[in-house]
Amino acid sequence: MIRIGIDVGGTNTDAVVMEGTKVIAGVKAATSSDVMSGVVAALRKVLEASRLPPSAVDVVMIGTTHFTNAVVQRRDLAQTAAVRLGLPATASLPPMVDWPEDLRDTIGNHGYLAHGGNEFDGRIISPLDEDELLGIAADIKAKGINTIAITSVFSPVSGEFEQRAGEIFAKAIPGVHITLSSEIGRIGLLERENAAIMNACLRDLSATVIDAFRRAIAEAGIRGKFFLTQNDGTLMEAEFAKRFPVLTFASGPTNSMRGAAFLSGVAEAIVVDIGGTTTDVGSLHLGFPRQASVAVEVGGVRTNFRMPDVFSIGLGGGSLVVESERGIKVGPQSVGYRLITEALVFGGTQLTTTDIVVAGGRADLGDKAKVAHLSPDLVARTQATIMKMLEDCVERSRLSPEPLPVIVVGGGSILVDGPIAHLTVLKPEHFAVANAVGAAIAQVSGEVDRVYSLAEMGRDAALNDAKEKAVEAAVAAGARRDSIEIVDVEDVPLAYLPGNATRVRVKAVGELHVR
Amino acid sequence: MSDKGYLLTEADLLPLSIGAALLGTGGGGNPYVGMLRTRELLRQGASVRVLPLDALPDDAWVAEVGGIGAPVVGVEKFEEGAECYRAMRAIEEAAGVKVSATISGEIGGSNAMEPVITAAQAGLPIIDGDGMGRAFPEVQMSTFMIYGAKASPSAIADEKGNVVVFKEVIDMYWLETFARGVAVNMGAAAGFAIAPMRMDFIRRTAVPGTVTQALSIGHTVLDARAKRRNVVDQVCATTGAKVFFTGKIVDVRRELIGGFARGRAIIAGVGEWTGSEAQIAIQNENLVLWVDGVPKVMVPDLIINLELDTGEPITTEILHYGQRVAVIGLPAHDLMKTPQALKVVGPKAFGYPELTYAPLAAA
Repeated sequence: MIRIGIDVGGTNTDAVVMEGTKVIAGVKAATSSDVMSGVVAALRKVLEASRLPPSAVDVVMIGTTHFTNAVVQRRDLAQTAAVRLGLPATASLPPMVDWPEDLRDTIGNHGYLAHGGNEFDGRIISPLDEDELLGIAADIKAKGINTIAITSVFSPVSGEFEQRAGEIFAKAIPGVHITLSSEIGRIGLLERENAAIMNACLRDLSATVIDAFRRAIAEAGIRGKFFLTQNDGTLMEAEFAKRFPVLTFASGPTNSMRGAAFLSGVAEAIVVDIGGTTTDVGSLHLGFPRQASVAVEVGGVRTNFRMPDVFSIGLGGGSLVVESERGIKVGPQSVGYRLITEALVFGGTQLTTTDIVVAGGRADLGDKAKVAHLSPDLVARTQATIMKMLEDCVERSRLSPEPLPVIVVGGGSILVDGPIAHLTVLKPEHFAVANAVGAAIAQVSGEVDRVYSLAEMGRDAALNDAKEKAVEAAVAAGARRDSIEIVDVEDVPLAYLPGNATRVRVKAVGELHVR
Repeated sequence: MSDKGYLLTEADLLPLSIGAALLGTGGGGNPYVGMLRTRELLRQGASVRVLPLDALPDDAWVAEVGGIGAPVVGVEKFEEGAECYRAMRAIEEAAGVKVSATISGEIGGSNAMEPVITAAQAGLPIIDGDGMGRAFPEVQMSTFMIYGAKASPSAIADEKGNVVVFKEVIDMYWLETFARGVAVNMGAAAGFAIAPMRMDFIRRTAVPGTVTQALSIGHTVLDARAKRRNVVDQVCATTGAKVFFTGKIVDVRRELIGGFARGRAIIAGVGEWTGSEAQIAIQNENLVLWVDGVPKVMVPDLIINLELDTGEPITTEILHYGQRVAVIGLPAHDLMKTPQALKVVGPKAFGYPELTYAPLAAA
């Protein structure tokens, strides 16, 4: 099977062609403002390098920051209605109460509270009131809004009210986009609701962007299927991604970590992704990034997404090196993509980390003579500073006492030479395009997060039930059933609740089923 | 109304919630939802004055209000808004008194905010003090209960309009049992008001100044972050706390016994403590700290885990392998350390018969 992986970043669009587990070609192209032409350019370039005809490509996987950036920059967002089911509970805080004002204004602040919702044990808070929902639907319709986020209290325990309300709205407002919070998030009402609303406000944009990707792929002559990558390193079909654009958030760091695991053949490791300006460090478990346990903000909005637990510092191949009485300072200022004109070795005037590495004789880039004047002492001390910065990040991300290897990827990988924090460093082939490789190899997942009463069914039965549901979710998302594995099981006893209530999270992952 | 004390402003709410989370000693629930609710009320024009303990006359009545239930439910099914307010009105009616202020039973965690919210709704001030100076898991563990506050009439209210009044309850342990049972039936998130207390009693038994203390801790944390100073050092300097251990969590063992999450965190030392090992016993909150097998800090003194780099307080629910922590100890108020109090909140009361409380000296 021939696959193409593409990572559309803010600066570069990277692409790789893979046959089975082999990387045939990898390229970098500039990201274009219209996204599509950059993707077309990257596709042409990588096909040319691979010497394969477009017709040989079976499948294209795309990782994109487009939707994250739309929220961060408050552009191309639709007017959105946020309907919460749970009255009389939760009336004290309306939807979007903790959003930055400019973002709330951008999507119109159309929040509605209605009856419905469940208790933690599945009992009903109040019955759904169809007339009330029809009244809200009339208001939404009158305002000309065509996308609705529906969030019901404890919908991760029972999603029935959200589904019924969705049906009522879909019937009352033909063609309306419906986003159900239970399909996106986990327990934590405000955070899950926030994610659902962000998803809803991206639905118009997702239709446009995903159609643009589709056209770019067609224009390159490729007739295979295409997928988008999610923040947990797994795939969703293009049509599914149209409905759930929010699931692409943070897929960039995830893809590079997954790519690092794949290229190095190591599943338990720390990954250090060094770019031009920043370094992202995270840890791999069973080949997947470990996820953050605390609320993650996107564009100033609190969410509880499945985000990789990545720690970032301002260190990259373009970071400026400044010497003062207080010692040597590396970053966070950086020349970024202007490295090839502004660094000393490239005839520029800025002393960067890349210059230090060349002066130290550990890389051969640009004109070595232009850094010959740097004192060996400065070079040695700067290199020590860089290693110390990397060591601190790696130590932070280490989650077990075992001596895990450190996989170094990204364009700025030349900064690393030798072990970090006494851990072996691996620099796999094609390290510069690890993110596109991560997209190309992405698998398919299903996840469950719910509260079980262990007094009623026992821990083993609860875990088995959750595992079965996770496997079914993976199959529904497009995984081949016989390839599915359970990659993550977490059970946390909940304080103060009777019947040994326990929150169980299970994630199942399988190979993409290509028909 | 007294003009003593000070008005809470919107700018106080974030520092108050940070300080409250820190005084939660790993438990007490997340004050985030409560902070937002308070902010909404202040934006709608409510105002709340924080009164020192000497402001009100002896015969004024004060109501202890707070949320009762499970912290995880509080972030999913949060309040209709007036649960505590209805519970407070119910105890006024049952006791035949009008209250002049609210007070927190537990400054640590989400119950720092609830009395502020009720006060804002009722147009009352709050008293600058609380019943613990920290967080503890059960109703009877407050100084009010320890020093003889009446357990009834108390009331519990849900978001649906149900209000249950406990007309006669013989002691605080029965109150805890009944209230916990009703709270679970109400969906494990409810508002609770305990029998009104007279101001002369509050003056004698409240841990004083803890609202101001939480605010001051929060301001210290925010200020240290803004100026990129070491948050842990600054918190210690402000509060008189001391760092007892610095290290990396190498194991967290948990189990659930009788509805309470018990466990133990094992920490391998770094820096000054390299080669040493610390253990922290947990039951919702941090209970006992041992360093190399020697008990160093124990309840009721405060044991607080701060994330080493950011100074962020770490709750026992999110403690996990690999976190780098500074374990700080802060002496509890003297009211928490009398023989009478230690029977309820000392190490033996939490199931450590082998430990005899040794007070932490103030730094």
